[in-house]
Amino acid sequence: MSSIQELNGRKGRIITDQDAREVSRVEELSYDLKVSETMTREVKTVSPAQPLSSVLEILRVGRISGVPVLEDGKLVGVLSIEDIVHAMEKNDLEAPVRSYMSAGVFSVYTHDPIVKAIESFSEYRVGRLPVVDVNGKLAGIITKGDITRGILTALQKDYKVEELRVYRASHLFEDITSDRTSLILRYNIKARDYINGGQASSHIKRALLRLGASPQLARQCGIAIYEAEINLIIHSNQGGIIRVQIDPHRILMQTTDNGPGIKDVNLALTAGWSTATQEAREMGFGAGMGLVNIRRCVDRMELESTYGKGTRLLMEINLSDGERFKESV
Amino acid sequence: MNVEQMVKIVNGTVLTPGVSLSREIKGGCGADLMSDVLASIQPDAVLLTGLCNIQVVRTAQMADVRAIVFVRGKVPAPETVQLAAEENIPLITSPFGTFELCGRLYRAGLKSFETEIPSENNV
Repeated sequence: MSSIQELNGRKGRIITDQDAREVSRVEELSYDLKVSETMTREVKTVSPAQPLSSVLEILRVGRISGVPVLEDGKLVGVLSIEDIVHAMEKNDLEAPVRSYMSAGVFSVYTHDPIVKAIESFSEYRVGRLPVVDVNGKLAGIITKGDITRGILTALQKDYKVEELRVYRASHLFEDITSDRTSLILRYNIKARDYINGGQASSHIKRALLRLGASPQLARQCGIAIYEAEINLIIHSNQGGIIRVQIDPHRILMQTTDNGPGIKDVNLALTAGWSTATQEAREMGFGAGMGLVNIRRCVDRMELESTYGKGTRLLMEINLSDGERFKESV
Repeated sequence: MNVEQMVKIVNGTVLTPGVSLSREIKGGCGADLMSDVLASIQPDAVLLTGLCNIQVVRTAQMADVRAIVFVRGKVPAPETVQLAAEENIPLITSPFGTFELCGRLYRAGLKSFETEIPSENNV
Protein backbone atom coordinates (compact mmCIF):
# COMPACT_ATOMS: atom_id res chain seq x y z
CA MET A 1 0.00 0.00 0.00
CA SER A 2 2.75 2.43 0.92
CA SER A 3 4.56 1.90 -2.38
CA ILE A 4 1.37 2.69 -4.33
CA GLN A 5 1.03 5.88 -2.37
CA GLU A 6 4.54 6.93 -3.22
CA LEU A 7 4.02 6.24 -6.92
CA ASN A 8 0.92 8.39 -6.98
CA GLY A 9 2.69 11.22 -5.24
CA ARG A 10 0.97 13.57 -2.88
CA LYS A 11 -1.59 14.96 -5.31
CA GLY A 12 -2.96 11.64 -6.53
CA ARG A 13 -2.99 10.21 -3.03
CA ILE A 14 -5.23 7.21 -2.51
CA ILE A 15 -7.57 7.50 0.45
CA THR A 16 -6.38 4.85 2.85
CA ASP A 17 -8.19 3.28 5.79
CA GLN A 18 -6.15 5.60 7.98
CA ASP A 19 -7.53 8.68 6.20
CA ALA A 20 -11.07 7.37 6.37
CA ARG A 21 -10.63 6.83 10.09
CA GLU A 22 -9.56 10.45 10.55
CA VAL A 23 -12.57 11.80 8.62
CA SER A 24 -14.98 9.85 10.77
CA ARG A 25 -13.04 10.92 13.87
CA VAL A 26 -14.00 14.53 13.05
CA GLU A 27 -17.65 13.45 12.92
CA GLU A 28 -17.19 11.64 16.21
CA LEU A 29 -15.59 14.66 17.80
CA SER A 30 -18.53 16.83 16.81
CA TYR A 31 -20.60 14.61 19.10
CA ASP A 32 -17.95 14.10 21.78
CA LEU A 33 -16.84 17.69 22.28
CA LYS A 34 -19.08 19.86 24.41
CA VAL A 35 -19.84 23.48 23.56
CA SER A 36 -18.27 24.47 26.90
CA GLU A 37 -14.93 23.00 25.78
CA THR A 38 -14.55 25.17 22.69
CA MET A 39 -16.53 28.37 23.41
CA THR A 40 -15.01 31.74 24.25
CA ARG A 41 -15.68 32.43 27.92
CA GLU A 42 -14.79 36.07 28.27
CA VAL A 43 -17.65 37.73 26.47
CA LYS A 44 -18.20 41.43 25.91
CA THR A 45 -21.88 42.24 26.37
CA VAL A 46 -23.99 45.34 25.74
CA SER A 47 -27.30 46.61 27.06
CA PRO A 48 -30.41 47.24 24.92
CA ALA A 49 -30.46 50.96 25.80
CA GLN A 50 -26.87 51.67 24.79
CA PRO A 51 -26.33 53.68 21.54
CA LEU A 52 -24.99 51.73 18.55
CA SER A 53 -22.02 54.08 18.17
CA SER A 54 -20.62 52.86 21.53
CA VAL A 55 -20.99 49.21 20.43
CA LEU A 56 -19.04 49.94 17.27
CA GLU A 57 -16.13 50.92 19.47
CA ILE A 58 -16.39 47.68 21.51
CA LEU A 59 -16.40 45.60 18.32
CA ARG A 60 -13.45 47.53 16.87
CA VAL A 61 -11.28 47.32 19.99
CA GLY A 62 -12.13 43.64 20.70
CA ARG A 63 -11.87 42.71 16.98
CA ILE A 64 -15.13 40.82 17.22
CA SER A 65 -18.11 40.66 14.88
CA GLY A 66 -21.01 40.52 17.32
CA VAL A 67 -22.06 40.76 20.98
CA PRO A 68 -24.86 39.31 23.13
CA VAL A 69 -27.33 41.84 24.51
CA LEU A 70 -28.15 41.47 28.20
CA GLU A 71 -30.95 43.12 30.14
CA ASP A 72 -30.89 42.60 33.95
CA GLY A 73 -28.47 39.71 33.41
CA LYS A 74 -30.87 38.00 31.00
CA LEU A 75 -30.03 37.32 27.38
CA VAL A 76 -32.43 39.28 25.16
CA GLY A 77 -30.68 39.45 21.80
CA VAL A 78 -27.52 39.52 19.70
CA LEU A 79 -26.12 42.53 17.89
CA SER A 80 -23.82 41.82 14.95
CA ILE A 81 -21.70 44.06 12.77
CA GLU A 82 -24.27 43.57 9.96
CA ASP A 83 -26.94 45.12 12.19
CA ILE A 84 -24.68 48.14 12.68
CA VAL A 85 -24.12 48.41 8.92
CA HIS A 86 -27.91 48.59 8.48
CA ALA A 87 -28.03 51.45 10.99
CA MET A 88 -25.16 53.20 9.22
CA GLU A 89 -27.02 53.03 5.90
CA LYS A 90 -29.81 55.00 7.55
CA ASN A 91 -27.33 57.25 9.35
CA ASP A 92 -28.88 56.09 12.61
CA LEU A 93 -25.85 55.23 14.79
CA GLU A 94 -27.25 57.04 17.84
CA ALA A 95 -30.26 54.68 17.96
CA PRO A 96 -30.34 52.24 20.91
CA VAL A 97 -29.11 48.66 20.46
CA ARG A 98 -32.72 47.47 20.99
CA SER A 99 -33.91 48.82 17.65
CA TYR A 100 -31.39 46.95 15.48
CA MET A 101 -30.51 43.77 17.43
CA SER A 102 -31.83 40.32 16.53
CA ALA A 103 -34.25 39.60 19.33
CA GLY A 104 -35.67 36.19 20.25
CA VAL A 105 -32.22 34.72 20.41
CA PHE A 106 -31.20 31.23 19.54
CA SER A 107 -28.67 29.91 22.00
CA VAL A 108 -27.00 26.62 22.80
CA TYR A 109 -26.31 25.07 26.17
CA THR A 110 -22.85 24.58 27.63
CA HIS A 111 -23.53 20.82 27.78
CA ASP A 112 -24.68 20.52 24.14
CA PRO A 113 -22.37 18.64 21.77
CA ILE A 114 -20.80 20.99 19.22
CA VAL A 115 -22.79 19.27 16.47
CA LYS A 116 -25.82 21.09 17.94
CA ALA A 117 -24.07 24.44 17.41
CA ILE A 118 -23.02 23.48 13.86
CA GLU A 119 -26.64 22.57 13.03
CA SER A 120 -27.92 25.82 14.56
CA PHE A 121 -25.45 27.90 12.52
CA SER A 122 -26.91 26.64 9.26
CA GLU A 123 -30.51 26.45 10.49
CA TYR A 124 -30.66 30.04 11.75
CA ARG A 125 -28.04 31.37 9.32
CA VAL A 126 -25.98 32.97 12.04
CA GLY A 127 -22.24 33.11 12.54
CA ARG A 128 -22.24 33.10 16.33
CA LEU A 129 -24.41 31.74 19.12
CA PRO A 130 -24.61 32.81 22.74
CA VAL A 131 -24.01 29.92 25.13
CA VAL A 132 -26.11 29.62 28.30
CA ASP A 133 -25.81 27.30 31.29
CA VAL A 134 -28.64 25.12 32.64
CA ASN A 135 -30.06 28.16 34.50
CA GLY A 136 -30.21 30.20 31.31
CA LYS A 137 -27.32 32.42 32.41
CA LEU A 138 -24.88 33.57 29.72
CA ALA A 139 -21.69 31.48 29.93
CA GLY A 140 -19.92 32.36 26.69
CA ILE A 141 -20.19 32.70 22.94
CA ILE A 142 -19.34 30.20 20.20
CA THR A 143 -18.37 30.86 16.57
CA LYS A 144 -17.42 28.59 13.66
CA GLY A 145 -13.81 29.60 14.31
CA ASP A 146 -14.04 28.34 17.92
CA ILE A 147 -15.34 24.99 16.65
CA THR A 148 -12.59 24.59 14.05
CA ARG A 149 -9.97 25.40 16.67
CA GLY A 150 -11.55 22.97 19.19
CA ILE A 151 -11.64 20.08 16.70
CA LEU A 152 -8.09 20.69 15.54
CA THR A 153 -6.79 20.75 19.10
CA ALA A 154 -8.64 17.54 19.96
CA LEU A 155 -7.44 15.80 16.79
CA GLN A 156 -3.88 16.79 17.51
CA LYS A 157 -4.17 15.41 21.04
CA ASP A 158 -5.70 12.14 19.78
CA TYR A 159 -3.15 11.81 17.05
CA LYS A 160 -0.27 12.35 19.41
CA VAL A 161 -1.45 9.85 22.01
CA GLU A 162 -2.30 6.90 19.73
CA GLU A 163 0.50 7.67 17.26
CA LEU A 164 3.01 7.74 20.09
CA ARG A 165 1.71 4.42 21.46
CA VAL A 166 1.92 2.73 18.07
CA TYR A 167 5.33 4.24 17.42
CA ARG A 168 6.75 3.18 20.76
CA ALA A 169 5.30 -0.33 20.59
CA SER A 170 6.11 -1.00 16.95
CA HIS A 171 9.77 -0.23 17.57
CA LEU A 172 10.03 -2.37 20.67
CA PHE A 173 11.77 -5.28 18.98
CA GLU A 174 14.05 -2.92 17.07
CA ASP A 175 15.02 -0.85 20.08
CA ILE A 176 16.13 -3.75 22.24
CA THR A 177 19.18 -5.73 21.27
CA SER A 178 19.42 -9.32 22.37
CA ASP A 179 20.01 -12.68 20.75
CA ARG A 180 16.36 -13.44 21.17
CA THR A 181 13.76 -10.89 22.30
CA SER A 182 10.24 -11.95 23.33
CA LEU A 183 7.39 -10.03 24.85
CA ILE A 184 5.20 -11.88 27.36
CA LEU A 185 1.71 -10.78 28.38
CA ARG A 186 -0.12 -12.47 31.27
CA TYR A 187 -3.77 -12.20 32.31
CA ASN A 188 -5.64 -13.80 35.19
CA ILE A 189 -9.13 -14.92 34.19
CA LYS A 190 -11.92 -15.43 36.71
CA ALA A 191 -14.33 -18.32 36.38
CA ARG A 192 -17.96 -17.42 35.53
CA ASP A 193 -17.11 -13.73 35.04
CA TYR A 194 -19.29 -13.27 31.96
CA ILE A 195 -19.39 -9.48 32.29
CA ASN A 196 -15.63 -8.86 32.07
CA GLY A 197 -15.00 -11.89 29.91
CA GLY A 198 -13.23 -10.97 26.70
CA GLN A 199 -11.40 -8.03 28.20
CA ALA A 200 -8.05 -9.84 28.18
CA SER A 201 -8.55 -10.85 24.54
CA SER A 202 -9.45 -7.29 23.69
CA HIS A 203 -6.19 -6.06 25.30
CA ILE A 204 -4.19 -8.72 23.46
CA LYS A 205 -5.67 -7.80 20.10
CA ARG A 206 -4.95 -4.09 20.70
CA ALA A 207 -1.38 -4.87 21.82
CA LEU A 208 -0.75 -6.80 18.61
CA LEU A 209 -2.10 -3.95 16.48
CA ARG A 210 0.12 -1.48 18.31
CA LEU A 211 3.11 -3.73 17.80
CA GLY A 212 2.44 -3.43 14.08
CA ALA A 213 0.52 -6.67 13.36
CA SER A 214 -1.77 -6.61 10.30
CA PRO A 215 -5.54 -6.42 10.98
CA GLN A 216 -5.88 -9.97 9.59
CA LEU A 217 -3.24 -11.37 11.97
CA ALA A 218 -4.69 -9.46 14.95
CA ARG A 219 -8.16 -10.80 14.12
CA GLN A 220 -6.97 -14.42 13.89
CA CYS A 221 -5.16 -14.17 17.24
CA GLY A 222 -8.09 -12.24 18.76
CA ILE A 223 -10.67 -14.86 17.79
CA ALA A 224 -8.52 -17.78 18.97
CA ILE A 225 -7.67 -16.25 22.35
CA TYR A 226 -11.25 -15.02 22.88
CA GLU A 227 -12.65 -18.53 22.41
CA ALA A 228 -9.97 -19.83 24.79
CA GLU A 229 -10.70 -17.10 27.36
CA ILE A 230 -14.43 -17.89 27.24
CA ASN A 231 -13.59 -21.59 27.76
CA LEU A 232 -11.74 -20.68 30.98
CA ILE A 233 -14.73 -18.64 32.14
CA ILE A 234 -17.28 -21.36 31.34
CA HIS A 235 -15.42 -24.53 32.32
CA SER A 236 -12.58 -23.92 34.78
CA ASN A 237 -13.12 -24.45 38.51
CA GLN A 238 -11.16 -21.44 39.72
CA GLY A 239 -10.36 -19.52 36.56
CA GLY A 240 -7.03 -19.69 34.82
CA ILE A 241 -4.14 -17.87 33.23
CA ILE A 242 -3.59 -16.58 29.71
CA ARG A 243 0.02 -16.23 28.63
CA VAL A 244 0.91 -14.71 25.28
CA GLN A 245 4.48 -14.81 24.07
CA ILE A 246 5.22 -12.55 21.14
CA ASP A 247 8.41 -13.36 19.28
CA PRO A 248 9.51 -11.54 16.14
CA HIS A 249 8.69 -14.65 14.07
CA ARG A 250 5.69 -16.18 15.89
CA ILE A 251 2.94 -15.71 18.43
CA LEU A 252 2.48 -18.33 21.12
CA MET A 253 -0.73 -18.16 23.16
CA GLN A 254 -1.48 -20.46 26.07
CA THR A 255 -4.27 -20.92 28.59
CA THR A 256 -3.89 -23.05 31.70
CA ASP A 257 -6.25 -23.94 34.51
CA ASN A 258 -6.35 -26.24 37.54
CA GLY A 259 -9.36 -28.26 36.64
CA PRO A 260 -11.75 -29.90 36.26
CA GLY A 261 -9.96 -31.21 33.16
CA ILE A 262 -11.51 -32.82 30.08
CA LYS A 263 -12.71 -36.43 30.24
CA ASP A 264 -12.40 -37.16 26.53
CA VAL A 265 -10.17 -34.76 24.60
CA ASN A 266 -11.12 -36.18 21.19
CA LEU A 267 -14.79 -35.71 21.90
CA ALA A 268 -14.12 -32.12 23.05
CA LEU A 269 -12.53 -31.42 19.66
CA THR A 270 -15.63 -32.56 17.76
CA ALA A 271 -17.63 -29.78 16.12
CA GLY A 272 -20.91 -29.28 17.95
CA TRP A 273 -19.92 -31.19 21.11
CA SER A 274 -20.59 -29.08 24.19
CA THR A 275 -20.73 -29.45 27.94
CA ALA A 276 -21.56 -25.81 28.55
CA THR A 277 -24.01 -24.85 31.27
CA GLN A 278 -27.38 -23.22 30.69
CA GLU A 279 -25.90 -19.95 31.98
CA ALA A 280 -23.16 -20.02 29.33
CA ARG A 281 -25.70 -20.85 26.63
CA GLU A 282 -27.80 -17.87 27.60
CA MET A 283 -24.74 -15.70 26.99
CA GLY A 284 -24.51 -17.07 23.43
CA PHE A 285 -21.79 -19.64 24.09
CA GLY A 286 -21.68 -23.39 24.21
CA ALA A 287 -22.19 -24.06 20.50
CA GLY A 288 -19.40 -26.59 20.68
CA MET A 289 -17.49 -24.66 18.07
CA GLY A 290 -14.84 -22.95 20.21
CA LEU A 291 -11.94 -25.36 19.71
CA VAL A 292 -12.93 -25.87 16.06
CA ASN A 293 -12.74 -22.11 15.52
CA ILE A 294 -9.42 -21.88 17.32
CA ARG A 295 -7.93 -24.60 15.14
CA ARG A 296 -8.91 -22.70 12.01
CA CYS A 297 -7.20 -19.52 13.24
CA VAL A 298 -3.82 -20.92 14.28
CA ASP A 299 -1.02 -22.93 12.69
CA ARG A 300 -0.66 -25.35 15.57
CA MET A 301 -2.99 -26.20 18.44
CA GLU A 302 -2.22 -28.56 21.30
CA LEU A 303 -4.79 -29.54 23.90
CA GLU A 304 -3.50 -31.38 26.96
CA SER A 305 -5.82 -32.31 29.77
CA THR A 306 -5.93 -34.65 32.72
CA TYR A 307 -9.35 -35.18 34.19
CA GLY A 308 -9.30 -34.10 37.81
CA LYS A 309 -6.14 -32.02 37.34
CA GLY A 310 -6.39 -29.38 34.69
CA THR A 311 -6.10 -28.28 31.08
CA ARG A 312 -3.46 -26.57 28.98
CA LEU A 313 -4.26 -25.20 25.53
CA LEU A 314 -1.42 -24.06 23.31
CA MET A 315 -1.93 -22.04 20.15
CA GLU A 316 0.88 -21.08 17.82
CA ILE A 317 0.86 -18.77 14.83
CA ASN A 318 3.98 -18.59 12.69
CA LEU A 319 4.51 -15.24 11.02
CA SER A 320 5.32 -15.07 7.33
CA ASP A 321 8.25 -12.91 6.20
CA GLY A 322 5.94 -9.95 5.61
CA GLU A 323 4.27 -10.32 9.01
CA ARG A 324 7.38 -10.61 11.20
CA PHE A 325 7.98 -7.94 13.80
CA LYS A 326 11.04 -5.89 12.88
CA GLU A 327 14.15 -6.66 14.89
CA SER A 328 17.33 -4.68 15.42
CA VAL A 329 19.97 -5.44 12.80
CA MET B 1 -23.13 -0.28 1.36
CA ASN B 2 -22.11 1.66 4.44
CA VAL B 3 -23.64 1.43 7.90
CA GLU B 4 -25.84 4.48 7.38
CA GLN B 5 -27.45 3.00 4.23
CA MET B 6 -27.90 -0.32 6.01
CA VAL B 7 -29.73 1.42 8.90
CA LYS B 8 -32.30 2.78 6.40
CA ILE B 9 -32.87 -0.66 4.84
CA VAL B 10 -33.62 -2.23 8.24
CA ASN B 11 -35.73 0.73 9.49
CA GLY B 12 -33.23 0.85 12.31
CA THR B 13 -32.72 3.14 15.26
CA VAL B 14 -29.10 3.89 16.12
CA LEU B 15 -28.37 3.36 19.84
CA THR B 16 -24.80 4.73 19.82
CA PRO B 17 -25.09 8.40 18.81
CA GLY B 18 -21.36 9.19 18.93
CA VAL B 19 -20.21 6.34 16.69
CA SER B 20 -19.55 7.00 13.01
CA LEU B 21 -21.84 5.28 10.47
CA SER B 22 -19.55 5.78 7.50
CA ARG B 23 -17.76 2.43 7.51
CA GLU B 24 -18.28 0.02 4.63
CA ILE B 25 -20.14 -3.27 5.17
CA LYS B 26 -19.20 -6.11 2.84
CA GLY B 27 -21.36 -8.95 4.11
CA GLY B 28 -23.68 -10.17 6.82
CA CYS B 29 -24.20 -12.90 9.34
CA GLY B 30 -27.25 -13.74 11.48
CA ALA B 31 -26.53 -15.68 14.66
CA ASP B 32 -27.37 -16.03 18.33
CA LEU B 33 -24.39 -18.27 19.02
CA MET B 34 -21.19 -16.29 19.23
CA SER B 35 -18.99 -19.10 17.96
CA ASP B 36 -21.02 -19.08 14.76
CA VAL B 37 -20.08 -15.43 14.35
CA LEU B 38 -16.42 -16.11 15.09
CA ALA B 39 -16.45 -18.96 12.58
CA SER B 40 -16.95 -16.49 9.75
CA ILE B 41 -13.70 -14.65 10.16
CA GLN B 42 -14.17 -12.32 7.22
CA PRO B 43 -13.97 -8.71 8.37
CA ASP B 44 -16.43 -5.86 7.70
CA ALA B 45 -19.68 -7.71 8.42
CA VAL B 46 -22.99 -6.65 9.90
CA LEU B 47 -24.20 -9.00 12.65
CA LEU B 48 -27.94 -9.63 13.08
CA THR B 49 -28.67 -11.09 16.49
CA GLY B 50 -31.30 -11.61 19.15
CA LEU B 51 -28.67 -11.76 21.86
CA CYS B 52 -28.30 -8.52 23.84
CA ASN B 53 -25.45 -9.08 26.30
CA ILE B 54 -22.00 -7.54 26.49
CA GLN B 55 -20.31 -10.55 24.87
CA VAL B 56 -21.99 -9.68 21.57
CA VAL B 57 -19.86 -6.53 21.50
CA ARG B 58 -16.68 -8.40 22.50
CA THR B 59 -17.34 -10.95 19.78
CA ALA B 60 -17.88 -8.17 17.24
CA GLN B 61 -14.65 -6.53 18.31
CA MET B 62 -12.67 -9.73 17.85
CA ALA B 63 -14.20 -10.52 14.45
CA ASP B 64 -13.98 -6.92 13.13
CA VAL B 65 -17.77 -6.75 12.80
CA ARG B 66 -18.69 -3.21 11.69
CA ALA B 67 -22.26 -2.97 13.04
CA ILE B 68 -24.66 -4.97 15.20
CA VAL B 69 -28.41 -5.03 14.50
CA PHE B 70 -30.66 -6.29 17.32
CA VAL B 71 -33.76 -8.00 15.95
CA ARG B 72 -37.43 -7.52 16.92
CA GLY B 73 -36.88 -4.18 18.60
CA LYS B 74 -34.56 -5.55 21.29
CA VAL B 75 -32.45 -3.00 23.17
CA PRO B 76 -29.35 -4.03 25.12
CA ALA B 77 -28.41 -2.86 28.63
CA PRO B 78 -26.52 0.45 29.06
CA GLU B 79 -23.18 -1.34 29.80
CA THR B 80 -23.38 -3.05 26.42
CA VAL B 81 -24.11 0.24 24.66
CA GLN B 82 -21.27 1.92 26.51
CA LEU B 83 -18.72 -0.74 25.59
CA ALA B 84 -19.84 -0.56 21.94
CA ALA B 85 -19.39 3.21 21.97
CA GLU B 86 -15.89 2.82 23.43
CA GLU B 87 -14.99 0.27 20.80
CA ASN B 88 -16.56 2.32 18.00
CA ILE B 89 -19.06 -0.35 17.01
CA PRO B 90 -22.49 1.08 16.07
CA LEU B 91 -25.49 -0.66 17.67
CA ILE B 92 -28.82 -0.57 15.85
CA THR B 93 -32.22 -1.90 16.84
CA SER B 94 -34.70 -2.93 14.16
CA PRO B 95 -38.38 -3.78 14.51
CA PHE B 96 -38.02 -6.76 12.11
CA GLY B 97 -37.11 -10.36 12.94
CA THR B 98 -33.98 -12.14 11.75
CA PHE B 99 -35.71 -13.77 8.75
CA GLU B 100 -37.05 -10.51 7.37
CA LEU B 101 -33.81 -8.62 8.08
CA CYS B 102 -31.71 -11.20 6.23
CA GLY B 103 -34.14 -10.96 3.32
CA ARG B 104 -34.03 -7.18 3.16
CA LEU B 105 -30.25 -6.96 3.30
CA TYR B 106 -29.69 -9.86 0.89
CA ARG B 107 -32.08 -8.26 -1.62
CA ALA B 108 -30.12 -5.01 -1.26
CA GLY B 109 -27.03 -6.86 -2.46
CA LEU B 110 -25.30 -7.80 0.79
CA LYS B 111 -23.39 -11.08 0.67
CA SER B 112 -23.71 -13.86 3.23
CA PHE B 113 -20.62 -14.36 5.39
CA GLU B 114 -22.00 -17.54 6.93
CA THR B 115 -19.89 -20.60 6.22
CA GLU B 116 -20.31 -24.34 6.45
CA ILE B 117 -18.88 -26.07 9.51
CA PRO B 118 -15.47 -27.36 8.39
CA SER B 119 -15.30 -31.15 8.29
CA GLU B 120 -12.47 -32.90 10.12
CA ASN B 121 -10.50 -33.36 6.90
CA ASN B 122 -10.18 -29.79 5.79
CA VAL B 123 -9.67 -28.12 9.15
